[in-house]
Amino acid sequence: MKLASLLLASVLLCCGHARADAPPTDPLESARWDDMRKSFFDGQQVVFDARVQVTGPLTAENPMNVPVAVNASGLPGVRQVIVFADFNPIVRILDFTPGAADASLAFRIKLQQSSPVRAAALTADGVWHVGGTWINTTGGGCTVPSTGSASPEWQSRLNEVSGRMWPREGAGERVRLRIIHPMDTGLAPSVPAFHIEELVLADGDRELMRIHTFEPVSENPLFTVDLPPGADPARIRVSGRDNNGNRINAWVTR
Amino acid sequence: MKRFLRIVCTASLMLVTALLAAADFDYDLSPRKVAEDTWVVVGRNEDFSFENGGNIVNSAFIVTEEGVVLIDTGPSRRFGEQLRKAIARITDKPVVRVLITHHHPDHFLGNQAFPAASIAALPGTLEGIRRDGESFNENMYRLTGDWMLGTEVTVPGQELTPGPITVGRHRLELLALDGHTGTDLAVFDDSTGVLFAGDLLFHDRAPTTPNANIPRWLASIERLDALPYKVLVPGHGAPTTGRAPITQTRAWLQWLQATIRSGAENGRDLTEMLDLPLPPQQARLAVSGAEYRRSLSHLYPAAEQAALEHGGTGHEH
Ligand SMILES: [Zn+2]
Repeated sequence: MKLASLLLASVLLCCGHARADAPPTDPLESARWDDMRKSFFDGQQVVFDARVQVTGPLTAENPMNVPVAVNASGLPGVRQVIVFADFNPIVRILDFTPGAADASLAFRIKLQQSSPVRAAALTADGVWHVGGTWINTTGGGCTVPSTGSASPEWQSRLNEVSGRMWPREGAGERVRLRIIHPMDTGLAPSVPAFHIEELVLADGDRELMRIHTFEPVSENPLFTVDLPPGADPARIRVSGRDNNGNRINAWVTR
Repeated sequence: MKRFLRIVCTASLMLVTALLAAADFDYDLSPRKVAEDTWVVVGRNEDFSFENGGNIVNSAFIVTEEGVVLIDTGPSRRFGEQLRKAIARITDKPVVRVLITHHHPDHFLGNQAFPAASIAALPGTLEGIRRDGESFNENMYRLTGDWMLGTEVTVPGQELTPGPITVGRHRLELLALDGHTGTDLAVFDDSTGVLFAGDLLFHDRAPTTPNANIPRWLASIERLDALPYKVLVPGHGAPTTGRAPITQTRAWLQWLQATIRSGAENGRDLTEMLDLPLPPQQARLAVSGAEYRRSLSHLYPAAEQAALEHGGTGHEH
């Protein structure tokens, strides 16, 4: 699946360069691409770029919990990465600003129907570099209430963080975090939208990554963040809030 | 005129296609004799598809002088009806007892073809059919299409108690086990040595895990292996006089459990786990890649959570 999306992206990268003036054609051939381009990148320069890798299953077994990994670390000087799914009822999934961390992030999403899932990385020159992959699903991921909202148990553990750090092969470090939150989309009958909005990973004063999450991020979100060699944090502070103003405040050590 | 002709051609083509499809809803069930009085309708070692109509599962029956005991009714009403006819080609005895091994759709959606009062399952299976039956049925429509036409969930009318039952000259031991699902029935026929294992055993096909508890499943396999069986009838894959369903299912589950645990303990992301190549012993089984990836989706989140809870995390107030 990775190979296929890479090949597609590289084919289009060539086309994109050959005709820099015309908007590049979508390698994923989505009927919604023009809308996506207008709503996210209106008046800005967009290229399809194989260095922005989006990995996910060809078919999602569980539409409530579809694993996606975004890796733009092959691209120098990434300022921001936004992630969206063309055909989701709520298109925007999350965005992140890599500070000292790599420009890569893995997470889980809710998919309502088969859709391209894309990441766009903004570089210092103001160009958006777009990669993506199609993920197929039988649907129903966004309009089902979370199990959390149906049970009282989560309330006492809301915004509780479990996290752990691992040394990466070679060098650097990996951090994985899971936060207890129902992440309700507001699309299920009589369940209002209730989701984490912001999450900041920091090592003292040094920001490692800032993540803004939207409704399509799965219940009890799990994030995988990679730190480059030399970042060596002894203790990572995790702070943030949800759209009801509840705070997240935790730390992770090795 | 040209346009009119084109419409006529298209219409007749559609008609022919529809007729062909209708004629094709034949599962072509041919019971295979595996022991005295004992027959198995063997499904294909595949995934559900529009082509196989869900015929990927085994149904088995024992012909006794008191009538036929049937184990599992298949994936659809059509399958159940064709199964009844296939049995009638072997014997003129009526089907007197139907035993359902567990609540997965390919094992009970043929129930409609038999009187509900003759169908029996363990209490946990009845509960599972009541709870998940409708959504399983809908999902089967999505996966196999019109093969499912007219299929409705029929809840077995009888509750089984584990232990021995006697039908004609056959003494059957009903074993209440679990691990593939929360309730798995295995049936051991003392008189022939045939062990009907349901989905606790797979043969030359990767096991499915949507409701699995692997440690419990492995314990159930040990219970089965301790029986004096002569023939193994797995839920999926060919019946055999050998031990392959036991060794294969056990090896797959042990490998899967170890892979998931070490992946989670080493901080691997689910997307990375999905990309791992399978070892040759596992890759040999039918549908192995797809089942491995499905199993990750079912089982990896709990393993990740357990691994994360072993990390150093604290909260500030
Ligand atoms: Zn099963």
